[in-house]
Amino acid sequence: MYGKGIAKGLFVTFKHFFTTYVDDIRYAGRKYLHQENFEVRQGLRPNGGAYTVMYPEEKIAVPERFRFTPFLVVEDADHPERPGEDWCTSCGICAKVCPPQCIWIVRGTNPETGRPVPQPDAFYIDTDICMNCGFCAEFCPFDAIKMDHDYEMASYDRTTVHIHDKKRLSKPVSYWKNIAPTSALEEAVSRGQWEHNDIAKAMKKAGQPTTAPTIENMWLKPEPSAKAEAPEPAAPQATAKKAAPSTDKPAETTATSGDKKPKFDKQAMLAKIREKKANKE
Amino acid sequence: MTDNAVVEQTDTNAAIAVLKEKFPDAIQDDTREGYQGIIVDKNKLVEVATAIRDELGFDYLSSATGVDYLGIGDHLEMVYHAYSTNGGPALVFKAQTPRDNAEIPSLIDVWPGADFQEREAWDLMGIRFSGHPNLKRILLWEGFNGHPLRKDWKEAYYEQDHKPFDSRWPGGHVYRAEERNVYGKNVAYPDDLDLSTLNDVSEESIYSGMGLGVSVQNLGNSEHLQTDRLIVNMGPHHPSTHGVFRMVVSLNGETIESLEPVMGYLHRNHEKIGERNTFLHNMPFTDRLDYISSMGNNHGYALAVEQLLSQGARWTPPTYRAEAIRVLMVELTRIVNHLWAIGFLLNDLGAFFTPALYAIAERERILDFFEATAGSRMMCNYMRFGGVFKDIPERIKSVANLVNDMVRDFNTMDYLTELINERLPRAVDELDQFLTDSEIIKTRTVGVGYLPPEMAIAYSAAGPLLRASGVPYDVRRADPYSIYPELDFDVAVRYNGDIYDRYLIRLDEIRESIRILKQILPRLERTHGENVFGPKQHTPRVPLGEAYGRVENPKGELGYYVVSAGDEKGPQNPWRYHVRAPSFINLTALGEMCKGHKVADVVAILGSIDIVLGETDR
Amino acid sequence: MSELDLRELNNTEFPIPADMQGNVAITSLSKLYNWSRRSSLWPMLFGLACCAIEMIATAAARYDFSRFGMEVMRASPRQSDLMIVSGTVTKKMVVPIVRLYNQMPEPKYVLAMGACASGGGPFKEGYNVVSGIDKYLPVDVYVPGCPPTPQALIYGMIALQKKIDGQSLANMDDVPWYGVGPAEPAPVPILGPDIIDPRQMDLIRRQAEMAAAGKTFAIRNLPEPIKVEKAAPKAAAAKAAVAATDDPAKAERLRKREEALARKRAAQGQNAPAAEPAGEAPTPAQAAPVAEAAPAEQGGKPKFDKEAMMAKIRAKKANKG
Repeated sequence: MYGKGIAKGLFVTFKHFFTTYVDDIRYAGRKYLHQENFEVRQGLRPNGGAYTVMYPEEKIAVPERFRFTPFLVVEDADHPERPGEDWCTSCGICAKVCPPQCIWIVRGTNPETGRPVPQPDAFYIDTDICMNCGFCAEFCPFDAIKMDHDYEMASYDRTTVHIHDKKRLSKPVSYWKNIAPTSALEEAVSRGQWEHNDIAKAMKKAGQPTTAPTIENMWLKPEPSAKAEAPEPAAPQATAKKAAPSTDKPAETTATSGDKKPKFDKQAMLAKIREKKANKE
Repeated sequence: MTDNAVVEQTDTNAAIAVLKEKFPDAIQDDTREGYQGIIVDKNKLVEVATAIRDELGFDYLSSATGVDYLGIGDHLEMVYHAYSTNGGPALVFKAQTPRDNAEIPSLIDVWPGADFQEREAWDLMGIRFSGHPNLKRILLWEGFNGHPLRKDWKEAYYEQDHKPFDSRWPGGHVYRAEERNVYGKNVAYPDDLDLSTLNDVSEESIYSGMGLGVSVQNLGNSEHLQTDRLIVNMGPHHPSTHGVFRMVVSLNGETIESLEPVMGYLHRNHEKIGERNTFLHNMPFTDRLDYISSMGNNHGYALAVEQLLSQGARWTPPTYRAEAIRVLMVELTRIVNHLWAIGFLLNDLGAFFTPALYAIAERERILDFFEATAGSRMMCNYMRFGGVFKDIPERIKSVANLVNDMVRDFNTMDYLTELINERLPRAVDELDQFLTDSEIIKTRTVGVGYLPPEMAIAYSAAGPLLRASGVPYDVRRADPYSIYPELDFDVAVRYNGDIYDRYLIRLDEIRESIRILKQILPRLERTHGENVFGPKQHTPRVPLGEAYGRVENPKGELGYYVVSAGDEKGPQNPWRYHVRAPSFINLTALGEMCKGHKVADVVAILGSIDIVLGETDR
Repeated sequence: MSELDLRELNNTEFPIPADMQGNVAITSLSKLYNWSRRSSLWPMLFGLACCAIEMIATAAARYDFSRFGMEVMRASPRQSDLMIVSGTVTKKMVVPIVRLYNQMPEPKYVLAMGACASGGGPFKEGYNVVSGIDKYLPVDVYVPGCPPTPQALIYGMIALQKKIDGQSLANMDDVPWYGVGPAEPAPVPILGPDIIDPRQMDLIRRQAEMAAAGKTFAIRNLPEPIKVEKAAPKAAAAKAAVAATDDPAKAERLRKREEALARKRAAQGQNAPAAEPAGEAPTPAQAAPVAEAAPAEQGGKPKFDKEAMMAKIRAKKANKG
């Protein structure tokens, strides 16, 4: 019979139309309010219904591996030893693996000796070239560059804001742990602990035991190293064992590894670099 | 409904022996390291090609592309890959010509499918094909200065021959490319540019080869006005051209007399950039070829480079789990693509947006999985040489991090199982019920855009276009790769060769893909925990040689011709990187398919080919 | 976004009693005008590349930008207010794009979606790619990303709405379409040996003249980047490889490549700065800032007849189309 096929098709349309209302009635207006309902709405629901994300009011959270533009990982501002310092060692691998070559790095140099230091003097990413491929994050040996989840970047003028400098790129490591706990944990496991590779190496050198990173000890702050209060090494160690069996940086070993000379040198150098940067700005 | 493809291995070596006997002085083996096939004397090329097609049964010309060996042999080379539609490996034959006044006889009489590919080689490589009836630029415009894929041709923003560029590190002198160029734009003009005699011939040339008898210059002059024929330009801005594609249609009343596709409006120099990139750099660029099925593009490129890498000493092939994940991704991509194609075919037929909305609704579910696994909805960049980027995550999970974020958390395997076993089959059935029997659709599509099987083969059509004409040729069966040999599925084939069959075959293929996916799920469970990464090398040293990796992409056979020749930086950049794009080559038959139909059918026929401009123009 | 809320329109200068706030609005003409304009932005149904797919996904049920009054995507530029440049702009395509833009009625807005439309994106270095549509058209909002997710695009559209909200009828710069006479159309580029922007005719002509005089012009000099020496050991290694291989064919090939490389190096100059067209090395003196060179030249030589040229081009176009 002519028209049967059309009727069949229209029935499908009608079913879609109808289920929307069934859905609304079932949730009785709470459809857009509750977290659980959102999850159901955005999952594999058996029978359709409206599933629109009401964007500015409700934002669908992006999955952990989501990649938008890159950002640089720096230490938290309240890190006891190196607050706000870069994880980046300016090794240049991200600039090499970047397919459209949108990363520019100025390798840090010691202003006195002129020798390179493991810290970038400047770091630029041109977001107008970046193709969000994630190679920089994938191949960075220090887990220092990561793909951001912040996609709300529309602007009125690209000349002023679309080349991101180091200041714009830097975000604390806690931010990364926040947006991608699982990935951060995976990386920490492969590093051996939650701290930066350099610290891990120093600790290893010092023979200091590192605790395997787990999701529980993710947010524990490392103990401040006790080089100032060297005379009493026992006390901090005890508290560390009590409170944080994980990211412990007991004073004892730091003191032995730090053994005056190299430690001081580094601090002084870093201070100098910081000064230089401040001058520049 | 479906038919098992007859897989019959054709012996390439025996075929070459026969050829050598027949043309003793015109053929020699390609003895270069890592190369295969034969080099044919260009004066005998047409005869040899005819013999290859008729006597040896390699009736399907898959790819024809040029290579510039500046500094290595100082010649230009055309590389042809011919296959038998009964399955089996390729017969590779090449013809060489000096770089000055490069000329090679056209194979358009042997394989009409060589038409666009030869025009492309002329456009980008500057090889003139004697005997080609319509040899003009195809991707660039007439009047463009030079042939950009020649090795000595440099673009305006040229910086260095190879990435990584030295200026990025450790100097890091940041600048925008336009700051270097006085025009502030990506342009460079020849030294002898004379603006007073500048003549924009880009438009006229489009009409000149069509034999329309129309003089663009005299259009305003009523004496020359011809009223028996109407020339209509559809595109490049036209809602039904799936992007920026243009067709010059000459109409007699409403009936199409001739149609010529005009493309290149999205030609973004994929191959030139690809030669500058390292091998790995190209991976995210392949995402942007056929941007609806990026996983498939990744897979083809990974296969091509893995062919080369496997010649090297330190090479570990992908693990079983990696292969299973690849197949999972590729088949999901096929579903995404076919849903999209069907939705937008209906869009072209006038069913504006409702079928497309239903198709996109299903697509979003799959994209959610892609986003959680690969990191991006469309540009997955997921495959690596010898593995994949990361294993499938335990949970499809999002974390609240911006203000007012809504969070989801699913177990990935549960999500996949439900998606594959319940949701997708239901979606296909619904689409089937929605559209298949509709009398309106049948009236518009049955018998329209007919492509007979012999013509489909001759025009190098691929994918659903070829199989809807009754040729059961599917690379997954004809030249198997990955773990497809052990999977149980049928090659979908339909025999009427019209739009309706091309629609039906896409439904069939979705069903076959679901069948494959159902077999993949237990394999994923079984191999849980197995390593999936390739070697974490960002610039692998790729052994010298050539490779042609091809996969059955949703749109048809996607091939990558990669030459690793090595120069001052060593073999870390491809010397030549060519994409055999199914969308591009499938368009060769468009003119023939449209002839004699009404103008309203053109959009439907184009929609049934299912092109993506990123791949057509590259 | 769903229903008309009059409080949205209220001008805070004039207080309204609380019980009437849902029913009465006192507002300025500008505010009303902007509100109605931004609530019915009709985008053009115009997709270029990958981003277009995301744009369609944004228009589809899940993200649904019709919630912002943008549901009517018009295929004709005559009926649309907003051009979403969604994807890579190529030199071949920029000509139709500029024409389309000229056909749009005022007020019109351009949203550059994605890295390619904003600044060339990953394909920027390509020979057929325009490094950002803002080289030819004024852009109102840039949405970075490759591709921007649907939510990022909606964010950009909201940014555009905010921009419209900020405009004032009192300021003629904000509403130029109420000015006298028709608006000046954007000049349509010409496809010559490379794409030619009619606004740059003078510059191009000067380049041709300097090239005829044997001077280089096309590349500006940038400060030298830090040099990294590494060419020498590689070459030596290659030579050693030639010596070491037993296979004569391979040795021959390596030798040939070596020769070719030597030729190439000789042609380019070993340490020439990265970018230069066809082997000419710009010296700082010749490639001095263009702006300075320009007036000095124009004094002596006969002036280029731009008007005549433009007239010619226009006449030709009229003939054509």
